[in-house]
Formats: sequence, structure tokens, C-alpha cells
Amino acid sequence: MDSNKINIAPASLSSGEPARAGTDGGRDEAKQEFTITVYTENQIGLLNRIAIIFTRRKINIHSLNTSPSEIESIHRFNIVVQETEDVVRKLSRQIEKQVEVLKVYFNTNDDIIWQEMALYKVPTDIIAEKASVERLLRENGARAVVIRKDYTVFETTGHREETDALIRILQPFGLIEFVRSARVAIIKNSDGFNRKLREFEKAEPGEDVNENEYLNKGQRIFTM
Amino acid sequence: MEIEQQALSNPTGVETIEISGSVALLEALIAEGTEVIFGYPGGAIMPIYDALYDYKEKLNHILVRHEQGGIHAGQGFARTSGKVGVVFATSGPGATNLVTGLADAMIDSTPLVCITGQVFAHLLGTDAFQETDVINITTPVTKWNYQVTDATEIPEVLSKAFYIARSGRPGPVLIDITKNAQIQKFDYSGYTPCNHIRSYRPKPLIRNEYIEQAAALINQAKKPFVLWGQGVILGEAEKEFKAFVEKSGIPSAWTILGAGAIPTDHPLNVGMLGMHGNYGPNVLTNECDVMIAIGMRFDDRVTGRLDKYAKQAKIIHLDIDPSEIDKNVQTTVPVWGDCKETLPALTALIQQKTYPEWLKKFRDFDQKEIEAVINDELHPASGELTMGEVISHLNELTHGEAIIVTDVGQHQMVACRYAKLNKTRSNVTSGGLGTMGFALPAAIGAKFGAPERTVVAVIGDGGFQMTLQELGTIMQSNIDVKILILNNRFLGMVRQWQELFNQHRYSFVDIESPDFVALAAAYRIKGKSISERGEISSSLKEMLEHKGSFLLEVMVTKENNVFPMVPQGCSVSEIRLK
Ligand SMILES: Cc1ncc(C[n+]2csc(CCOP(=O)(O)OP(=O)(O)O)c2C)c(N)n1
Repeated sequence: MDSNKINIAPASLSSGEPARAGTDGGRDEAKQEFTITVYTENQIGLLNRIAIIFTRRKINIHSLNTSPSEIESIHRFNIVVQETEDVVRKLSRQIEKQVEVLKVYFNTNDDIIWQEMALYKVPTDIIAEKASVERLLRENGARAVVIRKDYTVFETTGHREETDALIRILQPFGLIEFVRSARVAIIKNSDGFNRKLREFEKAEPGEDVNENEYLNKGQRIFTM
Repeated sequence: MEIEQQALSNPTGVETIEISGSVALLEALIAEGTEVIFGYPGGAIMPIYDALYDYKEKLNHILVRHEQGGIHAGQGFARTSGKVGVVFATSGPGATNLVTGLADAMIDSTPLVCITGQVFAHLLGTDAFQETDVINITTPVTKWNYQVTDATEIPEVLSKAFYIARSGRPGPVLIDITKNAQIQKFDYSGYTPCNHIRSYRPKPLIRNEYIEQAAALINQAKKPFVLWGQGVILGEAEKEFKAFVEKSGIPSAWTILGAGAIPTDHPLNVGMLGMHGNYGPNVLTNECDVMIAIGMRFDDRVTGRLDKYAKQAKIIHLDIDPSEIDKNVQTTVPVWGDCKETLPALTALIQQKTYPEWLKKFRDFDQKEIEAVINDELHPASGELTMGEVISHLNELTHGEAIIVTDVGQHQMVACRYAKLNKTRSNVTSGGLGTMGFALPAAIGAKFGAPERTVVAVIGDGGFQMTLQELGTIMQSNIDVKILILNNRFLGMVRQWQELFNQHRYSFVDIESPDFVALAAAYRIKGKSISERGEISSSLKEMLEHKGSFLLEVMVTKENNVFPMVPQGCSVSEIRLK
């Protein structure tokens, strides 16, 4: 279980020829989108503590969402970066090291279900005149949130490409304003955090808390 | 007052008494066993200092001359005593003066609790007089920080502060207390030390699988090599480490912060790692088959060029901080955990062995280094004085029993290379940050941390001038530290680089100094300056035998270079002897 936690062993180490995915070897690794999920205490200043882990390394945060989780007093961050796995693993470990951080997971897009919400403000008269616009909106899963004489606000939820596509569609019709939320993501292969939190509350937590990326993967560390 | 104090130190049941936030803070410090506070008052911390007036008997406060001096003293204290250093400073400039020391303590994992005063809570964010956003300024350089705006928080926050500072991988904690919280009275029901924070795992769980895999690697190794760092000292695992080294028979080398964890002349101690470390340990890093790194973090000054670092070796890394594993060097077997626990487990599984031929390789390289570098440095027959010969004479007089505090530069490298250390917690230096000005105040703290031991601060003429105001602290507090200035009339280490890598273009490294002996005299500290070979030993003896502090300036040759050297960007095996 928990193949989605901070981790993934350097796969090649068991095959005899260490690929040294670390520091130097890591530079050739391809960058891709990773979503980092962080469970934290609700603490003033923690956002800054987490943000500077990225800024110190001059890494751009593509998207950041923070909100209360399903558990009272526990917050959940979703942070999206475009980086190599090696870098993301190191970032995740630095985040997990912070006193008020309970747990960090990082995942590629394959491991998660995610959505972003977008709002589009367009002139009402154009929508009213051109029936085709409304059809386009509905085809793109948008719904009207507010309809006023002067403007209408549509909302849609989806992946980046989907919300982007609608911008392109609405641009010729006088799109006035656009805003998109940060990504929120659910990890496919997770049991949530309730049970884990109870483990954390114990003075001597078990293996669940001190997960170990190498051993939990069930992989041998080396062959000689 | 008397009655109130008794009640405070004896909190029974749910009885409460009304005290101020400031008194609660001082009670917390007493409960945590604080022996000494290094501090400097100011407007925003005045209520705490006012409370301190009544606690003079219970808490020893040392008035420093600059808050940077205060925090370095706290570091020195923590390093020699193994306890948490405590520092007070006021808001604004007082707090910002702590930043260098916080950064230093952060990178060298030194446990500190720093208390800063802050403006009244209702003034936060108004650009009030001496208001600085100290929490945000110090976030990257603290293990934890917290702003208290309500007195009732103080006992719990302080207990967390001490727990976080000293547990796991230690580090500095800063608690910023607004003035209203210092003054505010509340119902105090006693102090409960903290031993668990649910979101904080000071020690990773130890996995036997790793220990077994590590032991299997070690047992099959032909040329194993141990690298140890300060983790052994921070984990108070010197005995466990020695047992491991002696049973395994593996040649072992140290980072400068690890120096002294086993004595300098232990037969398996093969010397210092890194840029100015010994020849053998550097060259043979690229020849060993199994590397066992214990409580060290593969700093770039230790590894040199990473893509040419120990590529042939399987790497076992023992560390309490999981984020250190694979950070710089890819590990084959990561042994997460406190080395005080992991080392005995590992020792139990390894075979008793010796590696005479492999060890001889280190000794052969030593011989080359002695001929090419060390003889001239330690026993020059003629010419101007060298730093090395001063340290060599010092060794003869202290027999390796003194605490050596060093500043940053050539003298630091020379002192770390040549100082004989018999005991752990004998080498206090700014390793990770390389903070010039560290030594003098750190030596003050080091003496408080180990009052029965001799403390010698080895300092360059440049670095001394960065924090020399702390001579005032020495004078006023009657502290016995021996100050050894190795004066080469240059910012020597920078000059060395300019000579070697910038074609002798000496750009602003020529530094003039005042008459240090007269300066010491102005602070009522006895002093002496020498430049003759024949005077070294007798002057050092005079310094060591003098009751109280003593400043000895030794005029050394101006343009000596520290060798061996791994030039920046080169592999450890490309280490130069000249
Ligand atoms: C606060 C600070 N500023 C600058 C430096 C850069 N620096 C490193 S060593 C050095 C020269 C030190 O000169 P000195 O104290 O005379 O010692 P020496 O090298 O001559 O023994 C300098 C400037 C530093 N480490 N710390």
C-alpha cells in the first residue's frame, strides 16, 4: 500500500547497474508535472515555510491550493510543479521535515484525479445575439453562474486544456475577464488521512507514520 | 516575592497563581535547566529584563556586546555542553543581529532557543518603532519559530521550543514575544515539558532490514571506508561509534564538525576529509568499495566534484534526518535513524576484522603528505613562523585536552588539520556557514559549557576584527578564554585563492590591524605579541598558565598557503599537495 507516498526507490539499484538517479544523474531525468499533497497543522507562517523551500531553489510553483481537509484542524495543500522526480522527491522530504507538516505525498498525473475551476465573464448582449455562443459554452460543460444585463459569468471545471480551450473560444466574443483556481487533486490510491492521524497522535507511532520509501516498495535495496 | 517563587517552582495539582508572561518565560527556562543566558536588552524586551532582575540568583545572564556575539556564545555553549543555548535580544535591530548566528546554527545543527522581544501586538504591521518582521526574516534559518501574542501561550510554546531545538536533528528555534504578552498576567498552573508533537517525527523508525543489508555489505567489503560527521557527537554516540570502528577495523575519516568524536591518534583515525583534508582520505575516497557515512551530509567542501565522487563505491548512509539520504550522494543502503541506536545494532551484525593492507595505503599517503606538506608546516627549520608550528606547540602543552575554537580562514583549516583532540566536544568551529567573527564569542560560550576545561580560540587577524567587541564581555564577566591570533596581515584564505586562481591579483585582502595587545590591555586582558620561533612555546605556556583570559598574537608568515587542497570543481582524487 501507499505506493503514492514520498518515494519510489531508485529502480535500477536492484538490477545491478546503479543509475545514480541522484544529484548528478538526476539532471538528465525528464521534467514532468507533479502534484505534491501536504497534510499540515493549521499554523500561521507555515505557508511561507513551505513556499520558501521552492523559492530558495528557484523553482516556480505552478499552482497552489490550501484548504481545511476532511479532518478538523488539519489542512491540505496541493502544490503543482514541473520538475524531475529526483527534485520533487527532495522537495517533498524538505517539506515533510517541517515541524508542523504531518505527511507529504507526490504524484504524477497518472496517479491522481484533478480539477481546476474557471470563471469567464462575457458581455450578455453578444451571448444573447449569437445563439451559437451559448451552444459552444454548453458543449464545453460551462454553466452560467450570474446573468446580468451587462455581463454573464460562466463557470467550468476541468483540466487545464479544457479551461484553456474555452478561453480561446470566448476570446472572439469579447471575453472580459477570466480567472482560474488552483488545482485540487485526489490521490487515486489513498485511504485518506483519518486513520493515519490517529497513528501520529501516539507517542510511539508505528510503521504507518514512519513510512519508508524503499522498504514499503517491497524492493531489495541492492544486489551484490 | 519569596513565597511566590516557591509556589512557582512547585506547581502542585491544579492550583494556579497569577504571574506575568515574562515570569512564565523565566520559569520555563529554569524548568528546562538553563544555566546561562547570553543577551542584550532593549525596549521591546524590557518586561522580561525587569522580571530577570528578581531571578538573578537563579539564572545567570551574560551581557554581551552585540547580539551576534550573544548567539555565537549560545552556539559555543551548546557545542561544548550538549545542552540548548539560550539567547535574548530585543526587537528590530536586536533581532536582525541574530540572523547570522541563526543561519550558522541551522546549517551546523546547533540547538538554540532565542527569545526576541516584539512590539505590542496591536502595533504589528504598523511600522512601529523597532518593529521588524522577525518571524519571516528568520523562517529559512530556524528549525521552528513562533510569535507569542498572548501570555497564556508561553509555557506550552517554550516547552515545544526546547523539545524541537534539542530533539532529532537539533537546530535553532526563535520565539518572538510581543510586549503585551510579556506584561500580561495570567493564571499559571505550572510547566510541563513537551515530549511529543504529532506532526513532528524527530527520529525515523529504525528498520532492521537496512541494518542487515548494511552489515552484509560491510562483511563482504575489501576496502571499506568510514566517514563520520557531527551526527556522532550530536547523537552522543561516541562510545557506540568507537565500538563499531574497532570491531569493524575500518579506516575512518572525519568532517571538521566530527573532529574529536574519537581521539586524533586512534589507530583507525585516518584524518580529515574535504578541501583541506588529508591526502589519503581524499584520494582513497575514489578507491574504497563500501563507504559508510555516519552522521554527515556530504557537503560540497567534503565531496568536491560530485559526479566524480566515490562512483565505484556502494554507499551506506546512517542519518537521523531522512532528507539527507540521497540529497547529494546516491545511497545504496540508507540506514535511517539515530546512530546511537543504529550503530550498536550494526556492530552486532558485523564481523571482527582488520584491513592491514588497506590501512597501510592510508599511511603511505600520510607519508607523502608529511614529506610534501606537513614537515614544512609543523617543523620549519628557518624562515618566518607558520601557523602549523604554533598549533603543534599548543598540542604539546595541552596534550590534546583543550577545547579548540576556531574562526574562519586559513588558521581554521590549519587548526582543524593539526590540533590534537583527545575528547569529544573539543572542536568548535563554524563549519557549514563559515562565519568569520564566530570564534571569540563562541569561545565565551564554550567556556560556560565546559568551565573546567581550557578553551583556546584560534583566530585570524581579519575575523578577530569582526567581533572583537566581545572582549568587553570577557572583561566584565571574568571569563577565562585564551585568545590566539595568528596574524598574517592578510585575509589569508581569500588571498590564497587569489594567488592560486586569480593570478596573484590581490584584490582587497591586505588588512591592517590595530595593536591587539594594547587593545586587550584596554579591556584589562593580558596580552603579548611574538614573532620569534624561540618564543612560541614559552609564550603559549605563559598564556595557558595565566589565570584568566590572555591574548597572544603570533606574527606568522604572510603568504603561506594551506595544502593539500582540492580545488573547487575538482574531484577529491585530484587533491593537490602544492
Ligand atoms: C562574515 C564573513 N565574511 C567574509 C568571509 C569570506 N572569507 C573567508 S576566509 C576569509 C579571510 C579570513 O582572514 P583572516 O581572518 O585573517 O584569517 P586567515 O585566512 O588569514 O587565517 C574571508 C574574508 C567569511 N567567511 N565570513
